[in-house]
Amino acid sequence: MRISPDQLVFWRYGFFELNLTIVTTWALMLVMSAGAFLITRHLKAERTVTRWQSFLEIIVTMIQQQIGEVGLKHPGRYLSFIGTLFLFIAVSNLCTILPGYEPPSGSLSTTSALAITVFFAVSFFGIKEQGLGNYLKTYLEPTFIMLPFNIISEFSRTFALAIRLFGNIMSGTMIVGILLMIAPLIFPVLMDLLGLLTGIVQAYIFSILATVYIAAATRIQED
Amino acid sequence: MPIDWFTVVAQIINFLILVWLLKRFLYKPILKAIDDREKRIAAELAQAEAKSAEALRERDNFRKKNEDFDQQRVALFKQVTDAANVERQRLLDEARKEADTLRAKRRSALQNERQQLSDQIKRWTQKEVFEIARKLLVDLADTNLEERIGAVFVERLRALSGTEKEQLMVALKSQTDSLCVRSAFELPQSVQNEVETAIKEVFATEGCSHFEIAPEIVSGIELSVNGQKVAWSIADYLGTLEKNVSETLDSTPAANANSQTVAPSEPASTTQPYLQRDEQLELTPPAAKGVR
Repeated sequence: MRISPDQLVFWRYGFFELNLTIVTTWALMLVMSAGAFLITRHLKAERTVTRWQSFLEIIVTMIQQQIGEVGLKHPGRYLSFIGTLFLFIAVSNLCTILPGYEPPSGSLSTTSALAITVFFAVSFFGIKEQGLGNYLKTYLEPTFIMLPFNIISEFSRTFALAIRLFGNIMSGTMIVGILLMIAPLIFPVLMDLLGLLTGIVQAYIFSILATVYIAAATRIQED
Repeated sequence: MPIDWFTVVAQIINFLILVWLLKRFLYKPILKAIDDREKRIAAELAQAEAKSAEALRERDNFRKKNEDFDQQRVALFKQVTDAANVERQRLLDEARKEADTLRAKRRSALQNERQQLSDQIKRWTQKEVFEIARKLLVDLADTNLEERIGAVFVERLRALSGTEKEQLMVALKSQTDSLCVRSAFELPQSVQNEVETAIKEVFATEGCSHFEIAPEIVSGIELSVNGQKVAWSIADYLGTLEKNVSETLDSTPAANANSQTVAPSEPASTTQPYLQRDEQLELTPPAAKGVR
């Protein structure tokens, strides 16, 4: 049994390899980009819009709204990053409904990659908002004694992000796989449904945590 | 639990590419569409508000214009009514004045006409009356009457006294020619003798007298001496009567005019005489013609 789609390698050339995770990710990227392009190709500013446009508008405005609710003053600046996090994870998880599909988010490499981007994004937005000095000062808050703990916290939460998502998604897939062996009928379907819910919740949790981290990194100066 | 670091790097790159792709194809267009729509709606709302404000302003304008128009209409109507009333009063006054003037003129004309007609009738009547009297007396004159006239003349001569007689005597003394006795008809010889005798006795004169016929003396005899005259004739009576009647007639119109100016506005006083006059006009001439 494969724990991670990384293990299915289609092509390898030295350090480079083309595994299932990367291929699935490309497929998802293609689908998402093409879908967005097709829908937004004929956007209208009329009062009446197409259903797909409404659907995308609802998703985008909802993400923006959530970012705003967390406490970021200018949600538009973070929309691309946080929105993409949420949409990628959500789509990746929702596609588990497809037979034979293995979500890239079930790969620790992918979740780690996402967690690393969050780690750097927090620093990037923090420095961008308050400057390098002010941002570095946040590691000395409330006192310099807290510096090691702050650094540890920074890495540990990044690690936690990666592990949490990987664990949840991987476990979901594993449970379905195990259940298929034990009870091939009905139960896997229920678990799949539960998996959809878990997938969405995980996507939400991942992006909200990323937002909170960014908000924490950019808020100090404002206070 | 393996972590494939190549995959990690690849996924980081993939994720960043996806961020760019979604930003390019999803967020930007969607946000732009939403912004555009919001702007459009805001613009439409603003436009609607502007239109509403414009409509309100128009309504206020219209209402104000209506009120102004009403006020103007009322004012104009009042003005016109006043002007019409004034004009009506003026026309009425003018008409009344004209009517008064016309009435006065008419009354005056009627009075004049009536006066003239009345005078004319009076004079005509007077003339007719005297014509008739004269004609009658001429027709009736005969020898007996002449004798009687001669006798009356003689009596009159004898009855002369006082200043009248003295004046005649003075005139007789200065008279060189013979005395002239005129009569409307030829006196019979007896009457001539009586007259001559009476003259001689009364005036104690020897002068001779001659007799002339003067038809204008109606049934009478006249002795004229150097401007002084002793006469008896019916013409004298008639002349006196005519004079008296003329005086009476002349004084009557003045009295009538006075009485009419006292009450000029009574129509009965103007129309009634007029009718009476018309009746006289129609009746009098045939009667006069009949007498003639």
